[in-house]
Amino acid sequence: MTPSEIIEILKPHEGDGIVSAAADGTHPHVVVKAQRLAAVAAVLKTDWRLRFDLLRCISAIDWPAQNGVELSYDLISTSLGHAFAVKVMLDRADPQVESVAGVWPAAEWHEREAFDLMGVTFLRHPDLRRILLPEDWVGHPLRKDYPYPVAYKGLKLNP
Amino acid sequence: MALIEGIFEPGLVVTTVDWVLNWSRKRSIFPMTFGIACCAIEMMATGAARFDLDRFGAGAFRATPRQADLMIVAGTVTFKMAERLRRLWEQMAEPRFVIAMGACAISGGPYHLHAYHVVKGVDQVVPVDVYVPGCPPRPEALIEGLMRLQDKIGTRTIAKKCEV
Repeated sequence: MTPSEIIEILKPHEGDGIVSAAADGTHPHVVVKAQRLAAVAAVLKTDWRLRFDLLRCISAIDWPAQNGVELSYDLISTSLGHAFAVKVMLDRADPQVESVAGVWPAAEWHEREAFDLMGVTFLRHPDLRRILLPEDWVGHPLRKDYPYPVAYKGLKLNP
Repeated sequence: MALIEGIFEPGLVVTTVDWVLNWSRKRSIFPMTFGIACCAIEMMATGAARFDLDRFGAGAFRATPRQADLMIVAGTVTFKMAERLRRLWEQMAEPRFVIAMGACAISGGPYHLHAYHVVKGVDQVVPVDVYVPGCPPRPEALIEGLMRLQDKIGTRTIAKKCEV
């Protein structure tokens, strides 16, 4: 199924939740409103023509100029063989979005990683802890304005 | 005629306690099964048939720090790992030795300048006896490091507390 057909299927369900859509280019996607992401995810997973059963990755991108953090959900349908992406733009000061771990279980660890390194809070996530860094780490290192730390527990970073 | 000649049975060997202890210690260094990153692949190759660390008595990789004499830090040590690494080292029985294998364990290596999460040298966490440079070091290099560690063990004495 082509990207434009996927967008046409989404529109009757979530038309007012779609901010913009890109059917052409190397990365076809829709940009949706943050509060509608879970509903769009449910449609993508369950609609018999879409059947996106595999969440390939969640990318978090920091845009200081636009004052936003962007999340990109890359999806694949293993049964129908097509791919698509959903993007959502969040407020940089307090990025919050509904978790999709209930739709795709793979999202659980991806969302923990986005929380750990980018500081995105996923609402109703089953276990939102840091996944890579120590529990007591301060800050979210992949933010563009992350201050490079001097030391951690007495271990110097630039000896 | 020497002092004790003819007093004991033939086959008597005279030596020092230091020599016997060091001789046995340096020929039975049990490393810990502990690989953190890609250097561990070279460490496994060193232990396997082609390079055969068992020729030096160091091929018995122990699955518990309680039975291990040597910790080969084979890979990148992150801050999260540093606490666990220190705890494993503390669980090892003395005398215990540490080989820092590869650029990451020595200085942070490729992560030295810009990584916020990597310990810049495992000697900040545990005392290191031998540094084996390389990225990763070849098995020959690790064997060389082990032989230098054997030399170091050979200089120990029970007469005073040893820093080695």
